[in-house]
This record gives sequence, C-alpha cells and structure tokens, in this order.
Amino acid sequence: MTDVVDIRAGRLDNETLAENFADVHQPYDKAGALVEANRCYFCFDAPCIAACPTGIDIPGFIRSIATGNLRGAAMTILEENILGGSCARVCPTEILCQGDCVRNGPGDRPVAIGLLQRHATDYLDGAAAHLFDRAAETGKSVAVVGAGPAGLACAHGLARQGHGVTMFEGRAKPGGLNEYGIAAYKVADDFAQAEVAFVAEVGGIEMRFGTTLGAEISLAQLRSEYDAVFLGLGQGAVRDVGLSGEDLDGVHNAVDYIAQLRQAADLSALAVGRRIVVIGGGNTAIDIAVQTKRLGADDVTLVYRRGPEQMGATGHEQEFAQTNGVRIKHWLRPVRLQGEGDVRAAIFQTVELGADGTLADTGGEQSLPCDMVFKAVGQTFVPITDDGPALADGRIAVDESGQTSLPDVWAGGDCVAGEDLTVQAVQDGKIAARSIDGYLKNSGS
Amino acid sequence: MADLRCEIAGVKSPNPFWLASAPPTDKAYNVERAFKAGWGGAVWKTLGEDPPIVNTTSRYGAVSLNGQRMAGFNNIELITDRPLDVNLREIKQIKRDWPDRAVVVSLMVPCEEAPWKKILSAVEDTGADAVELNFGCPHGMSERGMGAAVGQVPEYVEMVTRWCKTMTRMPVFVKLTPNVTNILAPAQAAKAAGADAVALINTVNSIVSVDLDLMAPTPTVDGKGSHGGYCGPAVKPIALNLVAQIARDPECSGMAISGIGGIETWRDAAEFIALGSDGIQVCTGVMHYGFKIVDDMISGLGGWMDEKGYGRLSDFHGAAVPNFVDWQDLNINAELVARIDQDKCIKCGLCHIVCEDTAHQAISVSGTGPARRFETIDAECVGCNLCAHVCPVEGCITMAAVDNGKPYMNWTQDPRNVNATAAE
Ligand SMILES: Cc1cc2nc3c(=O)[nH]c(=O)nc-3n(C[C@H](O)[C@H](O)[C@H](O)COP(=O)(O)OP(=O)(O)OC[C@H]3O[C@@H](n4cnc5c(N)ncnc54)[C@H](O)[C@@H]3O)c2cc1C
Ligand SMILES: Cc1cc2nc3c(=O)[nH]c(=O)nc-3n(C[C@H](O)[C@H](O)[C@H](O)COP(=O)(O)O)c2cc1C
Ligand code: SF4
Repeated sequence: MTDVVDIRAGRLDNETLAENFADVHQPYDKAGALVEANRCYFCFDAPCIAACPTGIDIPGFIRSIATGNLRGAAMTILEENILGGSCARVCPTEILCQGDCVRNGPGDRPVAIGLLQRHATDYLDGAAAHLFDRAAETGKSVAVVGAGPAGLACAHGLARQGHGVTMFEGRAKPGGLNEYGIAAYKVADDFAQAEVAFVAEVGGIEMRFGTTLGAEISLAQLRSEYDAVFLGLGQGAVRDVGLSGEDLDGVHNAVDYIAQLRQAADLSALAVGRRIVVIGGGNTAIDIAVQTKRLGADDVTLVYRRGPEQMGATGHEQEFAQTNGVRIKHWLRPVRLQGEGDVRAAIFQTVELGADGTLADTGGEQSLPCDMVFKAVGQTFVPITDDGPALADGRIAVDESGQTSLPDVWAGGDCVAGEDLTVQAVQDGKIAARSIDGYLKNSGS
Repeated sequence: MADLRCEIAGVKSPNPFWLASAPPTDKAYNVERAFKAGWGGAVWKTLGEDPPIVNTTSRYGAVSLNGQRMAGFNNIELITDRPLDVNLREIKQIKRDWPDRAVVVSLMVPCEEAPWKKILSAVEDTGADAVELNFGCPHGMSERGMGAAVGQVPEYVEMVTRWCKTMTRMPVFVKLTPNVTNILAPAQAAKAAGADAVALINTVNSIVSVDLDLMAPTPTVDGKGSHGGYCGPAVKPIALNLVAQIARDPECSGMAISGIGGIETWRDAAEFIALGSDGIQVCTGVMHYGFKIVDDMISGLGGWMDEKGYGRLSDFHGAAVPNFVDWQDLNINAELVARIDQDKCIKCGLCHIVCEDTAHQAISVSGTGPARRFETIDAECVGCNLCAHVCPVEGCITMAAVDNGKPYMNWTQDPRNVNATAAE
C-alpha cells in the first residue's frame, strides 16, 4: 500500500460513467405495466392509500393503467401529488405504499406501485398540454420561498386557484434537493428540471433565482408586499460530527459533494478518492457511498455507530449499497480523523449497546486508511434571523394546516417537523396551499 | 399410469387428445409434427370442392384479459385454401405413416347429393378413419349456403347426414354450430339420420373488438371487418353446456360426442369427458402455445386418473352427467354460509365491499389499517358465493354447509311455489 494521497478525476471512462449514473430502475413498457397493474386486487379502503403521505388513490390509478387510460392514471396521481413523477423515482416505497400492500405475504410480493406510478406519470412526456386548468385570476399574490418539492407543490396548488405566485429561490436552479441532493441515478436525464417545467405550465407562477431570504429580501418585506407567504426552505446546514481533524483536506460534507456531482457537466472531471470512508447511517450516507463507488472509488466503507436495525437507511437501501460493493461496518464510533494536511485515516472506537440503551466503549480501536472522508450525519434547519416565525425543536413550528405563529405565513417540507422525504414535502405544500387559499378567499381586500 | 386409449364411434387413438379441424391440421407438415409431439388424432382442415377458396389478410382477432393473451380468439378464415388432390395425397401419406393415430377428414361441399358422393369416395381412398361434416363454420361459407347455414336447419342436417351415411362405410361425425337457440334440434336430427358422433362446438358468431381509430371491427381488412368465429378459453363454458345437453338427452343416447371448445389443459379435457365427451379436440390451445402442450395434457390426465383410481377413460366418462339437472330439481333446503379464515385473510376487503355494494350486506368490517377484520354476519348471508369468488387468496373464504336439519325439497315441492305439486 502506498502512502500517497490518491484523489483524482477520470477513474472510469465516460461510457462506464454514463452507465453507472443512468436510471437505476428499468421502466415498464406497456405490456409489463399491464401485467403488473393486473396484479393489484383493487382493495376496499386500500391500505396503500393510507400509507402514502399524499394519499394518492393508488388502486384507482392502477386500474386506469390496466384499462389503457394513462391520462386518467396520471391525473389521479398528480391531483394529490403534483410531483408524482419524482416521487415515483425517489420514494422509499418499501416503507410507504408498497410496505402496506396486502400482497406482502409469504410467497408473494407487493404490487410495484412506484414503477407503475412512474409508468403513468411518464405519460406526461408525450402529453400535448398541461393537465390542470387554472381558475380565473383572483388578484391575490403569494410569495413562496424555496423552489424545492414543498414550495413547488404549494405554488402549483395556489396557481390553480387563480392566485399569483412569486417564487424566491436562493440557488440558480429550481427543484431543491431533487436537483441538488437526490442520488443522480434516481432522477436521471435531467428529470428534476423537466418536472419543474411541467409544474410551471399551469401558469401564474413567476420564479426568481439567486434571491435568498435573509440576504436580498427579508420576511418583513415579503409580508408587506404579498397577501401571504409560504416557506419551503429545507435544511440548509449539516449536523456536526465534532471530530478532531475535520478540517483536513479530503474531508467533505456528503450533501455538498453530491450537489457538485449533480451539477457536474462532465463526471469524469470530478475528483474522487481511491479509498473512501463515509460516516453516518441514513440515506444520505448510502447515497454518497454508492455514488463515489460508481465514480470509480476502489474501496468504500460506510461506518455506523449502531446496528443495521437502528440505521436510518431502509433495509432496501442498505442492501442496494451492499450490492454496489459498499462495505457497511457497524458498532464503530468515530473518534478522530488523522493526517497531515490531507486526511489519511479515520479512527473509530468499538462500541456496544449498554444495558441502559446508550453506547458503551468496549476498548478496541480501529483505523481505516482513506483518501476521503464524507460526513453524513444529518442536516439541520437554519432559522431566518429577522422576526421569523416561532420554532419547535429547531425547526419552524406549524399547525396541521402548515400555518406558523405568524398569521400570514405558512411553512412545510424539511424546515418543519416530520419525515424528511420528498413526498412529505409535497403533502405539506399541498395542505398549506389549501389553507392559504381559504385564508385569501376569506380576507376581504 | 392409467390407460388413456380412446375409442369414439369405432375410431381408435392412443389418447383422447385430437387436433380440431383448423390451421394446425392444414397440411401434412403440421400433422406430422403434431403426431411426433404425441397428439392422438387429427381432424384435417375442412376440404371443399376445387377451385379452392381464397382467404383475406388479416384473419385473426383476439381478446386479452388482464394481461392474459388470447383468452378468446376469433377468425374470419374459410376452409382449406389448397387444391383437393394435394390434401388427399397428404392425408393418405399421413395415415400410412401413422396407422395408430386417428385421421378424420372434415368436409364441406354444397347441399346436393353429387358433390358429397364425389368427395366421400375420394376420401375413402385415403384410408382415413372417418369423416366430419362441417355444419358449423359461421362466416363466409354460410353465406354460400354451407357450414352454419346447414347446421342451423335441422332438416338439412338430417338430409345431408343421411346421404353421407348411405354413401360411405366410414363413420360419420357431424360438427355442430353453437349459433342456434336449442342445440338438441340439430343433434337429434343428426342422430335420426344415423350419425355415429357429433363434434361440438364450432366457433361462436362474434366481433372481438372495435378499432376505435379505424372505426371498424377487428380483424380489419382494408378498413372493414366482418363477424368471425369465436373460440379459445372464453368459449369453454358455452361448449360444456352444449355438450352436456346432448349427453343427457335420451333421444341422442348411443351417439358419441367429440368435445371441442376452449380446451387447453388436461383438466379442461377431464371436464368434457366427465360431462359425456368420448374424446376431445383442440384448436386455439395449440395456436397459442404450439403442439408441445400435449405432453402435460397426457401426464396430467394420467396422473389425475391414477390419483382418483380411474384405470381407463370409461371409468369416469359421463360421471358428471347424472348430476347435471334442471334448476327445479335442486335442493332448495341446502344452506351454505361464507366462512372467512382469519389466518389466511390478507385484509384486502374485497369480500366486504362487493357484499356491501352488490349483494346482501353480510360481511362486517371492524378495526382499521392492518388490524381490520372482516367477518360474516350469518343471519344476512344467503350463501351466494360472490365473496368466495372475489377473494384473491386460495382457500381463505369457503362456503360451509349449515346443518338446518331440513330434508331434500325441490321447487316443485316447495309450498312457496304456487304451482307446487307435492308440498311437504
Ligand atoms: C442526499 C439526500 C438524498 C435524499 N434522498 C431522498 C430519497 O431518495 N427519497 C426521498 O423521498 N427523499 C430523499 N431526501 C429528502 C428529500 O430530498 C427532502 O425531504 C425534500 O427535498 C424536502 O423538500 P423541501 O422542499 O422541504 O426542501 P429542499 O428540497 O431542500 O428545497 C428547499 C429549497 O429552498 C431553497 N432555500 C433554502 N433557504 C432559502 C432562502 N433563505 N432563500 C431562498 N431560498 C432558499 C433551497 O435552495 C432549496 O431549493 C434526500 C435528501 C438528501 C439530502
Ligand atoms: C383459424 C381457425 C380456423 C378454423 N377452421 C375450421 C375449419 O376449417 N373447419 C372446422 O370444422 N372448424 C374450424 N375451426 C373451428 C375449430 O375446429 C374449433 O371447432 C373451434 O376453434 C373451437 O375449439 P378451440 O376453442 O379449441 O379453438 C377453425 C378455428 C380457427 C381458430
Ligand atoms: S356468500 Fe354472498 S351473501 Fe354471503 S357473505 Fe358472501 S357475498 Fe355476502
């Protein structure tokens, strides 16, 4: 083993890279979709509907696929979830709809709801016109901050009701984590931008990029200029691991590197280490591990301080990482990162679960030599500084309609409590739009 | 394994599985392959007078059901489109090469004595085992006064069959069309004329679908469609009923039955035989999967017979016929209720919603989500079986007999029947 830092671009040829970052799922063709759609029992009060955070009428859209009514299927989905296309690609269906499919018994397998949803929403590709009509202009205006899933869902819901929506987005492109965060092979072929374009087709939505709340604009300003405000800010900061050596070269936040990867015009120009250590146990950890592996890293080890059951990543995601050649190590607590200038090794302490449920050191130490370390232990919300809404547990406090402590301000998505999932962000945006619509229709002016 | 040898109207074959008169039996090449694959017999594609007919393109339509291709199949083909002497030469050759297989020749010529006489003597010359008179083809030929146009008029059936019986020593099979109101009329006419066997069903008049872009029925020929003959698994229930009607008719007794219609598996064949068929014929099954399906038909039927202790076909031939009765002879006092096996239940709730929406509100739902529970309300259940049919889990909903202590009583004896003859 040489002791030279090995971080470089172009580990794989372009053809292999293109293959590695193409769609992970083979979409159904018409015949395949028909066979799968006919596996659905069309349950009474179907459990899958309750398991979908946006409450899509799943048996209903599947039946439409079976009858060859793809437009109807797409409508059924998008009516509840305007980002049904990305949800079909990114939802952890095994713990959502498919997890509650009645066909999970021994010797059976759940209906492939995600893939069928994708088949139905892919219909939009060839559709001539936007599927939803916009009501007559109401003359009301709403500011939506953040063009991620929550903001987009809210904006679409409001625009449909005839309200005028202005979106303020800090980044250069819309889509939020669909554009900057989700693993590249889940939303291949620039899908995030195509979907945003579809959402905007309804009309009445203006988008301003490079406009950050707290910098170019203030909440007070928005509240005075617009009839209502929706905050879909996501989580702008990453949680600290708190290790010595975090400032060494080669130590990165997973989300920053993924954003770079997602925006790279040429993946073969993106430098990646030969030996990688990932610290964390959630889906972000899985995503960075698999993506660095697919960029050509030789040896990728994901280290989590507890066992497989406690990991935030679903069983399906863990398995996916392992089949991609990622080694997963458990019961190791990171203690420090070692190196001079460049990181050379990550040092862990072996731990076990104490009787009281906390982790107890068992005295062993393990050193994993590496060229790059990725921190993936979670994101946190960055509160807005000027007279922002009240917080709860570090995120914006909202009631069940998404309304904050400020009467004309709503919030949803990752910046409020709840599952950090695309589909949940869409639901939050949708619910808030309904509530804002009611508020605007009741307020006289 | 059980003895599968079959004899129908004196024609012997090593098993009861024959190919029906259709494209699979159109020429020596196909029949040779079929016999190699193990088929017990073949009814040659219907011969007619020269010059041969001309077919259109396209010719076939199909119904796919829930992803199952060709659940129903239809065609607008006519009889053989090859010259008579070519067919006769090949039939002779095949019968010589395969003496143990049944070779039956299907015929259709105009309703006059001379053409029948001529073709019968030509067929006799081939050494074929029997002839089958095609009175069934519902399209094309019927417009020319043949096929179903004969089969739908019992007098014609009787007349032509009688001619044939006097003109040939070969056994005569009469192939019947299902496109009649009462199948017994043509069957009894065939019997009266001395037919050795009836073969049924031929195809059912049908339009399988409409092309909504072309605005024409399918299969479409240059923008237009015609009604065609329907066959395949979809027609099996129709065929079973017609076969059984004949099997239990005293006037038809003694006449053999060759069962046809939607047979694709050994189980289908066993059902036809149990309802009185002496042998069976297959067309769509092989047009969907090729000749190889006969392997499973042979081993499946033999295995099932072994299991049941049936040594030969005659051991269960017609065994279901005595249990095929008129509605009025059913026991009106027999009572069933639905039983839901909670261990097998996957909580799809279909039983509940169909009973609630369309039957008798006899399945209750309690709890929510994965904990919900569906139970029969015995007092409301009329035992219709709907829930058991919709339940996707095999054996989860069964219909349990209720011991109500009531004796057998049929509708003719029921006091609720104002015309009852013998109330108890
Ligand atoms: C690496 C990674 C992988 C993931 N994979 C999955 C997955 O596979 N499946 C899944 O369901 N979920 C996944 N998630 C979670 C999912 O992406 C989020 O739950 C979802 O994007 C939340 O949507 P949002 O609209 O609330 O926030 P975001 O998508 O974060 O969007 C917030 C938007 O607001 C903008 N913004 C923030 N602050 C300001 C400001 N002050 N002014 C103006 N604009 C601002 C941001 O630039 C961004 O565009 C993943 C998350 C990460 C980090
Ligand atoms: C394409 C096609 C052509 C047929 N041609 C004839 C024919 O020439 N003579 C005949 O008696 N029956 C003909 N039939 C009817 C079949 O012999 C058989 O009676 C019918 O298809 C029902 O059987 P099945 O359900 O197994 O297909 C034809 C059927 C098909 C599908
Ligand atoms: S048998 Fe009929 S009436 Fe009885 S529970 Fe089932 S569906 Fe309802």
